[in-house]
Amino acid sequence: MISLVLILIASLFFMGIIIRTKSITSGRKGPGIFQPMKDIVRLWKKGAVYSETTSFIFQIAPSIYFASILMAVLVIPFGSYGGVISFNGDFVFFAYVLALGKFFSIIGALDTGSSFEGMGASREALYSLLAEPAFFILMGSFALFTGHTSFVDIFTSLHFGTYISYALGILATFILIMIAMIENSRMPIDDPKTHLELTMVHEVMILDNSGFDLGLILYGTHLKFAMYGALIANFFTDSFPFYISIPIFLAVQFIFAIIVGMLESFNARFRMGNNAQFIFTLTSLSLLIFFGVLLILKKII
Amino acid sequence: MTIFLIYSILVALTLLLIPIVHVRLKGIITLSVVFINAILSGIVVFPVLLGENFEIIFSGTLITGEIPIRIDALSAWFILIINFTIVTGAIYGLNYMKTYKNQTANISIHCIAYLLMQMSLIGICVIQNSLVFLFAWETMAFSSFLLIIFEHHKHATLKAGINFLIQSHVSILFLTVAFIWVYYRTDSYDFNSIILFSENYPTIISFGLYLFFFIGFAIKAGFVPFHTWLPYAHPASPSHISGVMSGVIIKIGIFGILRMLLLIHTDFTVLGSVILIFSVISGVYGVMLAIIQHNIKTLLAYHSIENIGIIGIGIGLGTIGIGESNSTLVLLGFGGGLLHVLNHSLFKSLLFYAAGNVYQATHTLDIEKLGGLIKSMPHTAILFLIAALAICGLPPFNGFVSEFLIYSGLFNGIENKALLNVFIFLFSILGLVLIGGLALLCFTKAFGIIFLGTARHHFHDTVKEAENGKLVPMYLIALFIITIGIFPQFFIHLLNKPIQLFTNKINQPTELISTFQLYETMQYIGLCALGFMVLTLSIFWLRAKITAKKSKIIATTWGCGYTGNPEKMQYTASSFIRSYRKLIEPLLLIKKHKIELIGVFPKNGAHKTHPLDKMEEWLITIPLKKLYFIFGKFRFIQNGNAQLYVLYGAIFITLIIAAPFLYNALLKLIEFINLI
Repeated sequence: MISLVLILIASLFFMGIIIRTKSITSGRKGPGIFQPMKDIVRLWKKGAVYSETTSFIFQIAPSIYFASILMAVLVIPFGSYGGVISFNGDFVFFAYVLALGKFFSIIGALDTGSSFEGMGASREALYSLLAEPAFFILMGSFALFTGHTSFVDIFTSLHFGTYISYALGILATFILIMIAMIENSRMPIDDPKTHLELTMVHEVMILDNSGFDLGLILYGTHLKFAMYGALIANFFTDSFPFYISIPIFLAVQFIFAIIVGMLESFNARFRMGNNAQFIFTLTSLSLLIFFGVLLILKKII
Repeated sequence: MTIFLIYSILVALTLLLIPIVHVRLKGIITLSVVFINAILSGIVVFPVLLGENFEIIFSGTLITGEIPIRIDALSAWFILIINFTIVTGAIYGLNYMKTYKNQTANISIHCIAYLLMQMSLIGICVIQNSLVFLFAWETMAFSSFLLIIFEHHKHATLKAGINFLIQSHVSILFLTVAFIWVYYRTDSYDFNSIILFSENYPTIISFGLYLFFFIGFAIKAGFVPFHTWLPYAHPASPSHISGVMSGVIIKIGIFGILRMLLLIHTDFTVLGSVILIFSVISGVYGVMLAIIQHNIKTLLAYHSIENIGIIGIGIGLGTIGIGESNSTLVLLGFGGGLLHVLNHSLFKSLLFYAAGNVYQATHTLDIEKLGGLIKSMPHTAILFLIAALAICGLPPFNGFVSEFLIYSGLFNGIENKALLNVFIFLFSILGLVLIGGLALLCFTKAFGIIFLGTARHHFHDTVKEAENGKLVPMYLIALFIITIGIFPQFFIHLLNKPIQLFTNKINQPTELISTFQLYETMQYIGLCALGFMVLTLSIFWLRAKITAKKSKIIATTWGCGYTGNPEKMQYTASSFIRSYRKLIEPLLLIKKHKIELIGVFPKNGAHKTHPLDKMEEWLITIPLKKLYFIFGKFRFIQNGNAQLYVLYGAIFITLIIAAPFLYNALLKLIEFINLI
């Protein structure tokens, strides 16, 4: 329960920090950190324009997309405090429920019968499919390392002792950050600020969404960021008491947001054709973690 | 015993009755007999699934010896699945076939073959005498052949049917060799002699025997590289037959693999690894090819191969579990595999029926020509969507439950001991994840292009929703899919006895499910599925509440400033998968035809892709070409000259008569050579 509350809090300011970082690095003052959230609330109050091509799929897709993210958030633990949902193998549920949301956001985009949105949908489907193995191998390695298969058990029994395990922690953090960037369609993969439909991925899928639905989708992105932030934070909160672990959690979210902002400020988007290769690199990195775990467990050498 | 009598008399009478009654009655009679048979066999096997044993031994004939009919929990599980799919298939087929009602004779054969198929499938599950088993297997193969070639006036259908028939007989050949091997060594056709055989001979020989069985059954099940008949047979046959074929006929191959696994004793760890590797390759290869198909039924056929792969991963996992005496792996592997057999038979038959609705409404199976069907066929669209979500293994539907079990098994397996196993499990996890992701790409494409957007092609007739008669069985299946998603613990409970058969091989405590807390986890997943539905509904309700008073404007889709008819600008199936195709191209065989646009007023620009199956190319087409070439050299013999043919006959007869002399001469020659 505590993780749910914390993630919801973090989701309120996360995007604000990213935008603030980006403005500061480009020499502007920038909006307040709650501005993106205010925009979303404004969207929630607005009316909507629907395409005549769309069917009921377009109406239900954003709600299901958002529900899937919320459901995934419920699985995330906070240190040794399990999420609202917690069972053996819950990370499989986590990944698959997110995939369900993805399915609906893709068919929602295809429902408009637009060429641009189909383009975005096709790319999103491909990239998230390529990112999936990295996540599963990562979790598989930790399952092997700790001997448990649920988020909360893995994070409670995960103790860093040797040098290799520190290296693994850093690698895992890197992979999770990159997965978050891919899942949220951010910088090295996709540029949310681009103005050309042909070069967009996620933004072009939601071109026809407006009003409440668009608000849901945008807030979903914030929530997803905070969710991955919480996963990363779990590596560091260990089993400290609340007055230490909660500040650590918030600090990790803060640093994560700044890193994303920095990445977006100083990085250019990859060429579309190179994205697939880049995402595959993540899988090989997660394989590195796997072999690291085998090393620690003295299964090889 | 009486039930057996009633059953056989009923079927025999109906077979005689069908050709004489009016065409409208044929279907109804078939449906009711199929239904009665399903109930009869259901009454017998359901208690078995809960733990009773059933065995009748018929005295048989001089040739076959005793014919034991043994029903254990495994047969019971498969018989129940077969009956459900066959009954829904019959209801759907009754309405599907209305279009063809003036082909009276053809429909008679179809109905008879359908009944025979049900009978032979059930027979395969219970008969434990090799000769009679092969007889039932042959009946099944032949009746499915008749069912496939319903539209035999089409060249492609006939070709697909004959392809199926040939490959079925290759499968029978392997099975026959294996059975004869056992008979030769043990002098008995009883299945129990296989146990005897594998106990008396070294493990490597039993392993060889099992490989024969495996290949024989794998051809039927559609494991890569024995899958090549599937993508032809499914599009060629009527939709209810495709549904039944994908739902249960290929599962009978899985049944065979499991049955032999129960009987044989060999090195299970190695065997499990072999099955696991075969399965992962089948799964990934199947879905990789499914994505690039533009014929909806071929696409679904390749998905059957993928799902057979998933079932196989479960079986392989369980087999490794037997080898390592690890009861958790046995439980999760076979549990997941067997549950996926049920799940796949549900959602795949639903998908094929939906494809049938689309075909009868539009008369095309080409995805590229479809589009926007959700507006004219909302029921079919919803049903297709449910099945598509289920086949992608997404919660809250049934596919997730079985895939979850297999994932749990793999993650549990990775924790334990041997390094080689760790790598095999890692490979399987990677495969399963890729399968899941690729299936998502495939079904967003299929659903999105067929049902969403606007029409890509103008049909002569207006597209209409299917009749209620077709939709009712489909809704029945959809209901079942959701029920498994929400109450998986109930079905896991039913699987208790079938799994026990496998755990008996390693002498583990019987009440496994409770020891592993699987029951609780399943209940939890069911609750999560329900919770997810409630969450979605409440968000949707909230949205409806908030947006009720807001303005709603209907406008055209955003076209980057273009406001004309965007029909031709829509994304197509080929363009949707283009980036995937580019990525995967080196692995597959895709033929492209391109006519470039040249000049100021270009004409007829076109771009076509024809996906081919590389395995088929390597294993069947190219070897066949080579054979043609070699045998072509002897074509001069067949020159149409009657005199020469008489001469060949004379030479042949002379050779036959001279054979003993030649043999003796040869022996003498050898003796002579030995002397010097």
